[in-house]
Amino acid sequence: MSPELLLVQALNGLQFGILLFLVAAGLTLVFGVMDFINLAHGVQYMLGAYFGASLAAATGSFWLGLLLALPAALLAGLVLEFLVFRHLYDRDHLAQVLATFGVILFLNEGVKLVWGAAPLQMPIPALLEGGVALMPGLQYPIYRLGIIGAGLATALLLWFLVDRTRAGMLVRAGATNPEMVSALGVDIRRLFTLVFGFGAMLAGFAGVMAAPILSVEPGMGDTPLILAFVVIVIGGIGSIRGAFVAALLVGLIDTLGRAAMPDLMRLFLAPSPARQAGAAIASMLVYILMAAFLAFRPAGLFPVRTG
Amino acid sequence: MTADPLLRIEGLSKRFGGLTVTDEVWLDVLPGEIHAVIGPNGAGKTTLINEVSGVVAPDSGRILFGGLDITRLSMPRRIRAGLARSFQITCVLPGFSVLENVALAAQARDGSSFRFLRPVAKEARLNAAAREALDAVGLADRATMPAGALSHGEKRQLELAIALATRPRLLLLDEPLAGAGPEETERLIALLDRLRSDYAILLVEHDMRAVFALADRISVLVYGRVVATGAPAAIRANPEVRAAYLGEDEA
Amino acid sequence: MREWVVPLVLFAGLAAAPFAGFGEGYALTLLARTMILGMAAVGLALLVGGAGLVSLGHAATLGVGAYAVVVLDANGITDATTVLPVAIAAAALFALATGAISLRTSGVHFIMITLAFGQMAFFTASSLAAYGGDDGYTLFSRTEVAGTRLLEDRLAFHYVCLGLLGLTYLFCRAALAARFGRVLRAARENALRVRAVGLDPYPYRLLAYVLAGAIGGLAGVLLANAAEFVAPSYLSWQRSGELLFMVILGGLGSLHGAILGALAYVLLEEWLSHLTEHWRMIFGPLLILSVLFFRGGLAGLLAPRQRR
Repeated sequence: MSPELLLVQALNGLQFGILLFLVAAGLTLVFGVMDFINLAHGVQYMLGAYFGASLAAATGSFWLGLLLALPAALLAGLVLEFLVFRHLYDRDHLAQVLATFGVILFLNEGVKLVWGAAPLQMPIPALLEGGVALMPGLQYPIYRLGIIGAGLATALLLWFLVDRTRAGMLVRAGATNPEMVSALGVDIRRLFTLVFGFGAMLAGFAGVMAAPILSVEPGMGDTPLILAFVVIVIGGIGSIRGAFVAALLVGLIDTLGRAAMPDLMRLFLAPSPARQAGAAIASMLVYILMAAFLAFRPAGLFPVRTG
Repeated sequence: MTADPLLRIEGLSKRFGGLTVTDEVWLDVLPGEIHAVIGPNGAGKTTLINEVSGVVAPDSGRILFGGLDITRLSMPRRIRAGLARSFQITCVLPGFSVLENVALAAQARDGSSFRFLRPVAKEARLNAAAREALDAVGLADRATMPAGALSHGEKRQLELAIALATRPRLLLLDEPLAGAGPEETERLIALLDRLRSDYAILLVEHDMRAVFALADRISVLVYGRVVATGAPAAIRANPEVRAAYLGEDEA
Repeated sequence: MREWVVPLVLFAGLAAAPFAGFGEGYALTLLARTMILGMAAVGLALLVGGAGLVSLGHAATLGVGAYAVVVLDANGITDATTVLPVAIAAAALFALATGAISLRTSGVHFIMITLAFGQMAFFTASSLAAYGGDDGYTLFSRTEVAGTRLLEDRLAFHYVCLGLLGLTYLFCRAALAARFGRVLRAARENALRVRAVGLDPYPYRLLAYVLAGAIGGLAGVLLANAAEFVAPSYLSWQRSGELLFMVILGGLGSLHGAILGALAYVLLEEWLSHLTEHWRMIFGPLLILSVLFFRGGLAGLLAPRQRR
């Protein structure tokens, strides 16, 4: 692989990792604070993409679409919390898995009913169209750089909220020791709702930003969801910092693996089997990474919960 | 020393963060002896039991059991070597019958548990061993009840029966009287007194009347350190102990 | 005796079904699907209900079994004496490798990790271009039993599935009631208690995981034969979720509940999909409602009221 291609793939990996981080951040908070396993977090990403695409089409503006999609995603998250999730906090993980699985079935089908089975497109805004020359003869899409920038800014904002505000302090305390936070007289339910809505909005934001470069279709949230789980396991449940590092790691390894593995296999195999074996191994890489973490560092990169 | 100790704790230390919870503890239990460990709350008594039973790994020091170094063994292997413990917070299987709780312990002592076809509830040898242990603690008439339906004191008795059914040489008892009513306490003290002829016991207990009635030797633990070890009379007379501990309790 | 009534009626019903108005091709196809998914669900019930291990990647073991049939088929090997052991061993090995790692964790970690390993198997199957990749693979022929094409006869296939389901059920039930199962059940209630009597739950849980995997592999062989077609969607995590739903719908307290759950699931899916193309929009909320309000499951509904 040439150095130019490597650079492009590394940027792609970074951009993918940033999107994963936005999905994983909400998931890991919900998880850490509420000990609630929410499989439906992926459909919140999908809803964000659908809201963004359809609102952008309706208003004729990417920016208006983005701006309106965020409260829409927040609202969708709060409605789900009110109708379903709220009744599951006291139940075991098995019940949570199944009920949120039911939400996925409903919404994956629901978007088909509303928007049809065909993929939607969301245009790239004029401001971010085209490419920028990274080096002579090597163009990279500005929009993808925009995603990286917006994601980093969001990560910074998140760090500020969690690390520097009172609500953030409660969230961190809740992730470390939920009983204590209840005992302090904090309305834990309201904190839950807050965290939930915020997590849904982050996932929705990731969905809107991904919409112009991916096809917006039913089930598009499933893969990010599962990769977000991998990210959380590697990063340590409840840790925003862990989710950030792990998301970039997973994004880079997945993207670079897919690009490089077939070439790497060429060293040992004939071209055709090399392509196949390379593709198979590349798709397994992040899971192998996760397994390695579990074997050697079961609590993840940045363990949060103590005792 | 009249006999080799069954359990020997040599210079055990453990820190949690900045807090030293076990500080260079030396302690032994002779065969047939009840050695009580007392001390104010937070002195590290439960941590000591946890280190000996294998729930918590010490930072330094050694634990010898019957001459064997068990410091690095997992809890199940220590139990199989002949240690048994009860828990401060009752630890039974609430959905299992009382008999099955004890039969599981007998099963752990009786060959392989990788058996798939024969209904275990009908294994007469396991049930007989379980009944014997229930008899020993006076719980035989509760055998068919779900363990979750027992009274608190009965659960403590059940824990003892489970420990006995593993055929231990040493019992580690972490506050066996905690939460028991006055009548239950009397019954449990009598029971422990009966057990002393067959087992060595390391006893952590808050109830001073029980400790002075039962113990052959007493060690006083304060902030993770053993400040005194000796016969009950000597401990009662020890001015340092009175100042550090007994005084506040008996005043 | 009473705990045998429902399973006996259930199996008798499945045995009589072909002669009681369900003997036509379409009905037999549905029944075969029920029994095969029911078999996988029984294995999963051993894990979830018996050992308290919530696996969200169980479909992968079916997929490994089914893809073993595919690989052998592509190499012209279709005899049951080779296909069955190879497929079951492959699924058991997959379960051993992933279980050995997954079982180092518990609770939510375990759920996520089994999900991730299932997804890994799914993507691997999708990348197998030689065996159809995303599009799947159509078998040249069904597995041969003693040199004959016995399994192509729908009625014979029905009874093969029924027999294997019965054996699976009896074995799992015996294992849960035996020493092995007692350790699993005890560790589900309180792992510390089990360790404190001198038993390490890990090897027992791992073996349960492998057994469930082997059963999944067997179900995968039958599933491949039933459809004469195998695709990566067999391994999808939605399928794992559906299997888990069958176990819960049937009720966690009993293994035959898993078969009832599979039956209810297949019938529900069939009925709803005739009503509307968007049947999942009804199915999803039904699932949520059953989790929220239907805790005992179908088997709990049929069980004689005794305890509690």
